[in-house]
Amino acid sequence: MEFKLSAASFVSEKNFLPLDQSALYDVFIIGGGPAGLTAAVYCMRKGLSTGIVVKSLGGQVADTSDVENYMGYRHISGVDLVEKFREQVHQFPIGYDEGAEVVSFSEGKIKKVVFSDGRSFSCKALIIASGKSWRRLGVPGEDRLTGRGVAFCTVCDAPLFAGKNVVVVGGGNSGVESAIDLAPLASKVTVIQNLSELTADTVLVKKLNSFNNVEFIYNSIVEEILGEDIVSGVKLRDLGTGRVSEIATEGVFVEIGLDPNSRFVPPSLELNRFGEIPVDCNCRTSLTGVFAAGDVTTVAYKQIIIAGGEGAKAALAAWDYLLKLNEEE
Amino acid sequence: MALFENEVRKQLTEILNEMKDDVKLVYFTQQIECPMCREASMFVNEISSLSEKLSQKTYNFVTDKTVAEEYGVDKIPAIVILDKDGTDLGIKYYGVPGGYEINSFLGTVLEVSGHGEEIPDEILNEIKSVKNKIDIKVFVSLACPHCPGAVSTSHRLALENENIRAEMIDSNTFPYLAQRYNVTGVPKIIINEKYELTGAHPINSFLEIMKKIEQEQ
Ligand SMILES: Cc1cc2nc3c(=O)[nH]c(=O)nc-3n(C[C@H](O)[C@H](O)[C@H](O)COP(=O)(O)OP(=O)(O)OC[C@H]3O[C@@H](n4cnc5c(N)ncnc54)[C@H](O)[C@@H]3O)c2cc1C
Repeated sequence: MEFKLSAASFVSEKNFLPLDQSALYDVFIIGGGPAGLTAAVYCMRKGLSTGIVVKSLGGQVADTSDVENYMGYRHISGVDLVEKFREQVHQFPIGYDEGAEVVSFSEGKIKKVVFSDGRSFSCKALIIASGKSWRRLGVPGEDRLTGRGVAFCTVCDAPLFAGKNVVVVGGGNSGVESAIDLAPLASKVTVIQNLSELTADTVLVKKLNSFNNVEFIYNSIVEEILGEDIVSGVKLRDLGTGRVSEIATEGVFVEIGLDPNSRFVPPSLELNRFGEIPVDCNCRTSLTGVFAAGDVTTVAYKQIIIAGGEGAKAALAAWDYLLKLNEEE
Repeated sequence: MALFENEVRKQLTEILNEMKDDVKLVYFTQQIECPMCREASMFVNEISSLSEKLSQKTYNFVTDKTVAEEYGVDKIPAIVILDKDGTDLGIKYYGVPGGYEINSFLGTVLEVSGHGEEIPDEILNEIKSVKNKIDIKVFVSLACPHCPGAVSTSHRLALENENIRAEMIDSNTFPYLAQRYNVTGVPKIIINEKYELTGAHPINSFLEIMKKIEQEQ
């Protein structure tokens, strides 16, 4: 039996404080992935009063099994890397909240950030580092049947589909990896791809082809997920012929990429057509005093080290902004 | 062969060193017809040997049936966590807390020992004011990185209010239960057999459901 112990989370210093609704923070950071956590360390080292809200610690890194391109570690698991980030942030008396979600914020010289539980916090500068989340299909049945056959985390949920017939939507790297994890357990795996071929890396496709219980349906999209209480099938449309068909399945794994978490920004903040926040080379957005960093922005290449670097840049830009603000006053 | 490798054993010892008060594990097992009981027994024996403050008492699920009933244990392997006075806080593990779940197990043991993380007062008051009987089941799989969060939150609720009971259930050890509760995604949280949460949720989502339950009464 294996034990995935995060030892540091128990014995390291924890100096953070609960977020204070009556405080006026110099900087408030939304998001606790590599971008937000790096920004937090930079802000605290600059002596800024800082608050950070983290819906789910580590962001995408917590969902990654192995990282082999973050400098300093030839190989580290996603969970362990998150633990190291957390430890570095928690050495500071930073205002910290985990679990809450930001639903809106108001612009102006003093910005107010509002949580879904009704709490709100004031700040002079804001750093948006809310990253990306798994894209949903947005078809009927998906929300209703999530956790009832519709799944987004293969490593977590694959064992629950042992001996069952499952569908993976998406033929890119994440779809093919998910099918590889499912094939040894499930009785049959059907991969549904909207293009005429898989777009995953060759090594992954080769590995998937070594199983004999995997089938592929190309040029097709899922139109609906069927089932009363639990998933019983999917309705497909063939993009070439327009023909609609139904196939029976007990599980649907949705692996179609990621969407930026930018729904909570005010309409006055400019977004591109993918919902990403355009930033200049100082991480400034179209609103004064609002900075953004990492995967939620238009920055090229979405990687941990890049998100971290952007977070550092956003913090330093916010520090600059606050200096000038103080001079004006 | 030992369950914990040397490196893990060293880290566990260091973590359990942070315990304040004594904690007692009450463990239910049986020799036959329980495939996971062998590993669970090793787990309980080895972990309790790592700290003087952590003790264990093993019962046989069949011959000690009355004790099992006292703690409301209806399947095995089961670990019940008691505080220094031997009070049953309503905190249980059904299955071995292996994989990522070792983290929730240690967190719960530390919290029961009095070494807990502070919760904001307004939330703590809300937890303390729950008057209905609440039963929380958290279905997990041991390879699930966000499951320990759900287990820790539910155990913390149980620790803070005697009306709340919370148990972790390993879906792979109890597949018939996973099936009965339609568990196809973990963590899946079932509250009073009726309300469901899937995925990682903050303490507030639990409290909202408890408010709903109160309104129904
Ligand atoms: C499966 C997978 C494997 C990957 N492998 C690698 C790899 O090997 N190497 C590599 O360099 N990169 C890898 N990446 C990419 C890398 O993980 C991302 O580029 C990086 O995590 C982006 O960091 P971020 O901080 O911008 O955003 P995220 O990591 O997405 O973090 C966003 C944070 O914001 C929080 N948040 C979102 N909305 C709200 C809200 N409304 N209120 C409060 N908080 C909110 C989230 O909970 C989270 O804490 C991988 C990504 C995936 C999905």
